[in-house]
Amino acid sequence: MEFANTLIDWLRPDWFLNLVVISDDYNRGRYLAGLWMTVKLSVLSIFFSLIIGILGAAVQGAPSRALRVLVGAFVAFFRNTPPLVQLYFFYFAIGTVLRITGENGLPQPLVSNFGWAVIALSLFAGALNVEIFRAGVEAVPRSTVEAAEALGYTRLQIYRDIVLPLAIRISLPALGTNLVNLVKTTTLAYAIAVPELLYISAQIWSEDLNVREMMNVLLVSYVGLVAILVWVLHRWEKTLRIPGYGE
Amino acid sequence: MRPNAPVRGHMAVLHPMRIRSDALPLADRMFNVWTAAALVLALAAVLIAPAFAQDAAPEKRSIIAILLEWTPTLAGGFGFNVLISILSMAIGTILGVGLGVLQVSPIRPIRSVAWLITQFFRNSPWLVLLFYCILLIPFQIEVFGTKIPFPGWIKAVIGLSLPVMAYMSEYIRGAILSIPTGQWESAESLGFSRRQIMTGIILPQTVKRVLPSWMNLYAVLTMATPLVSIIGVSDVMALTRAALSAEGRVDLLIPMYLYILSWFFIYCYPISAVTRLLERKYSVKL
Repeated sequence: MEFANTLIDWLRPDWFLNLVVISDDYNRGRYLAGLWMTVKLSVLSIFFSLIIGILGAAVQGAPSRALRVLVGAFVAFFRNTPPLVQLYFFYFAIGTVLRITGENGLPQPLVSNFGWAVIALSLFAGALNVEIFRAGVEAVPRSTVEAAEALGYTRLQIYRDIVLPLAIRISLPALGTNLVNLVKTTTLAYAIAVPELLYISAQIWSEDLNVREMMNVLLVSYVGLVAILVWVLHRWEKTLRIPGYGE
Repeated sequence: MRPNAPVRGHMAVLHPMRIRSDALPLADRMFNVWTAAALVLALAAVLIAPAFAQDAAPEKRSIIAILLEWTPTLAGGFGFNVLISILSMAIGTILGVGLGVLQVSPIRPIRSVAWLITQFFRNSPWLVLLFYCILLIPFQIEVFGTKIPFPGWIKAVIGLSLPVMAYMSEYIRGAILSIPTGQWESAESLGFSRRQIMTGIILPQTVKRVLPSWMNLYAVLTMATPLVSIIGVSDVMALTRAALSAEGRVDLLIPMYLYILSWFFIYCYPISAVTRLLERKYSVKL
């Protein structure tokens, strides 16, 4: 019976009425700052990971074998190691070595923890994007490329104007999954004390002792963020749609 | 005269360019002897170079000696990670198959609820779900007078199995929908009940389709297990950080983290390689 009571207590919705995130000015400000930090982290990481993906996929089609193997190794390494350990490696190992002397004469880190989070997340998601774009590039019909060759396009022009626009359309569904994962992975920045949503929420719940409420707020916030991203990607997919590519 | 005889006079002809050399086979491109050699060399360079630098100060131990000294401890931690991943995978798979079957239930409310649960757990961050389980599951539950203790790592296993369940549910749903409807119709005409069709005919056929995704999910899960170190379970990551602070040497940081990264790489790479192989094998025959 005690268990049933616990369950009912757990599900009781009255916590919604006194949410500190809504009622308390100070906590609301912090929460919104954390949300904004998560959005910044996500947008920057998405941007850089897309660039890494596009460049990597271009290199994978390059004639130079050494370059291809190098990109292959990069992808294999970042795909098969835990993102958290990668983040620790960048922040604690490389970040400790990379220090410059600051204005006050003390050694200061060259890149902030926010910077390392963006770098680590971009590289991790970028490695997956390389694979996704490569699959898209390979799905572009050879005859299309040959037609472009016959019209005298250079290699760069073919990739930029013909292959990439088609490849992006083909790889959009897989790309969407990966970018959603990236937004979820930004929570790892908690581990290196970037004041993003999870970090701020942990602060709030340890000060106000309202773990359950903040947890629910947190889950709803992330599901909301992901929903917005999915909606944007869906719109993008619709705008880009041309007959014969994608569904 | 042959049709492709050379034309007299020198007309300007635009030669077709070679766009790409022939694509390497997939396995070759991803990981071949050269890549392996490059990785090993890079690792060796990172490990050995500081060791040479240490020659000036003979009282310090070499990096490799320290790494070897910590290896048994770290191996124990890594084994714990593997145990967590296997348990989470088992729980998540069982729950996920159930949820996936509910997602194609003929009863609409059941279908919607299963869909909602799947989407919710699929779209929330793993770390937040872990926090949820660690902080909100009581440390012991009393059932019929017996106290069942819930240590942190079991809560972590539950926390990790939730997203696995959601992903698995989506895979199963997709696989069930991809089975030709003829299978359903012929089974119905033979008088099987829905339950019999599902367990005896449809689900066995989904195994082959789900297997590559399932293995990939396992690799992803294994790579998510270091997250439990954040919430206070002493896994390989927590032990590594403890080892680093015990040694207190700055030049140990990069080799140590690379060492742990390569442990995970060695464990996860074969899984994803086999996944690729299976994907290629099954993608040919639809």
